[in-house]
Amino acid sequence: MGSLQRLPGVAWLLLALLLGLSAIAPGFASAANALNVAQQATLLLLLALPMTLIIMTEGLDLSMGASLSLCTVVLAVTSLGSGSLALGIAAALLAGVLIGLLNGVLIAWLDLPPFVATLGTLGVAQGLALVLAEGRSTSGVGDGLATLWNGAVAGLPVPLLFAVVAWAVFHVLLHHTRFGVAVVALGGNREALKLAGMNERGSLVAVYALGGLFVGLAALLLGSRLGGGHPTAAIGMEFDAIAAVAVGGTLFERGKGSLGGTVLGVLAVGVMRNGLNLLSMPSSLQVAAVGAVVIAALVLDSLRGQHRGFAS
Amino acid sequence: MSTLAQKIHLAPEQRSLLLRLVVLLLIGTGLALVSSAFLGANNLLNLLRQASLVFLLASGLTLVILCGGLDLSIGANVAMSACLAATVMKATGSPLAGCAAGLASGLLVGGVNGLLVTRVRVPPFIATYGTLWILHGLTYWFMAGDTIHGFPPAFRFLGSGYWLGVPVPVFLMIGVLALGTLFLQYTTMGQEIYATGSNTEAAALSGVPVLNRRLLVYMLSGGMAGLASLVFLARLNSAEGDMGEALTLQAVGAVLIGGTSLFGGTGTLAGTLVGALVLTVVLNGMNLLAISANWQPLITGVIVIVSVAADALSRRRSGD
Repeated sequence: MGSLQRLPGVAWLLLALLLGLSAIAPGFASAANALNVAQQATLLLLLALPMTLIIMTEGLDLSMGASLSLCTVVLAVTSLGSGSLALGIAAALLAGVLIGLLNGVLIAWLDLPPFVATLGTLGVAQGLALVLAEGRSTSGVGDGLATLWNGAVAGLPVPLLFAVVAWAVFHVLLHHTRFGVAVVALGGNREALKLAGMNERGSLVAVYALGGLFVGLAALLLGSRLGGGHPTAAIGMEFDAIAAVAVGGTLFERGKGSLGGTVLGVLAVGVMRNGLNLLSMPSSLQVAAVGAVVIAALVLDSLRGQHRGFAS
Repeated sequence: MSTLAQKIHLAPEQRSLLLRLVVLLLIGTGLALVSSAFLGANNLLNLLRQASLVFLLASGLTLVILCGGLDLSIGANVAMSACLAATVMKATGSPLAGCAAGLASGLLVGGVNGLLVTRVRVPPFIATYGTLWILHGLTYWFMAGDTIHGFPPAFRFLGSGYWLGVPVPVFLMIGVLALGTLFLQYTTMGQEIYATGSNTEAAALSGVPVLNRRLLVYMLSGGMAGLASLVFLARLNSAEGDMGEALTLQAVGAVLIGGTSLFGGTGTLAGTLVGALVLTVVLNGMNLLAISANWQPLITGVIVIVSVAADALSRRRSGD
């Protein structure tokens, strides 16, 4: 399978990053830093797993970063307004699902190209976040929330539990349900989906709504880290997620993807960001470096594709 | 069913342009009724100046979209080109050298996008989205939070000067509209861009150098981003890393409101001009009504969604 052939590429990248950064980055190979990487990577994984399914359907979601910021604002504003953290969490998850549903409806029912539809909802989510938060950060949500980012259950950090559960959910959905079959068919073979009597549009909406739900979950972790909400806290984070998926070997055409590749891609991007941070590279240059890695991965993809073309 | 427009024999493009002008007029009338400042000479000139900036950027994007592609990097390109132009101008003291640097940087970025799309065959939205973040990161790093400000009057004339009582950028806008329309409608190359966008395979079979035309539109889009960056810089009289951020969504909005189809092959620069005016009038109106700037991305996003949805629905109805 193409995805299996691709796995070693990202695994080598990750290994090289781990070895290289252990050698040159001060404090990289320490338990405290490993926890730091795990926390950051979990946040990214919660976006990258649904992004993998979305890209497998030949779609894209550019709104995730703005929508994640919006969800942190909704979480903070609702918790503070009502005095109930549970209500805040429910509202944040709902906000994520609503933006995801909006994306899904625009793309599946109105047939809008995904990158433009989600560029539009990016604007909508960012605007809503700014308006709701009046352009400021909202803090003081309370200690209950803080345990999500820093807490531990049976010695395991809570974010790591989030990551494991999220991966398990996506693994089961993709490989053991009719929904998973639909996702694969949406990318490679929409005709087959119709012939099998499955609901093409419904499945596509579900893919984006699922993405929205996980954006909401990610907002709980991010809100916990920030101690509240911020209207521009996660602007551009969708790019790291797309980068992780691309580096992990999921193709932007033909619907080929792998969750395992995405996990490795998330670790590669997370480790790279963390290491560059320790080397005190400014975060602006880190963004450029992630961009360069994505373009390099796409160029490699393309070279391989051309080789296959020549061979056949 | 015979509508009035059909009776007076308008081509579909002219009909859609007329429709958009009517919408523009309606929004304008509405604003004039609720805000007395709207029709003031100062406000109208200011509005035209703002619209010309959006149009300059959106005109290059129009060519890319006509050709069936997309360029999400234009806003980041504007920021980087403006910062480079500002740096070179400060270092050499020569406005000409600064302008050359800005234009060259814009063109170079366009060329890289074009090569990624045509030679490496990366899907356009993902290639230009990747370059967006690379440019963004490099610009922020290069500027390190600083602002470069204070440029020679000769340069500032380009963005904030008047000639015959009209802002200079408006003349640039008219020039680009005229030259661009001539190029698109009356040259073989222009027609080949339409052909590539409406049916790439048919165009390739009839001898259109499809890859070269695609490369050309990305370079033109990059070049126009370079030009827009100079006008923007001359108007603001200062360069900052985040200066182009809101512009990409506005340019995409202007092109789509203007009736250029995201599916390639149909659209005009005149339409994009009307689109830029509609968008600018709406944002200007919000400003006059003292609506917080926080609402701007929301409104622009809704406008983008509504115009692309209208395009998709009309295509579905015509059975495309």
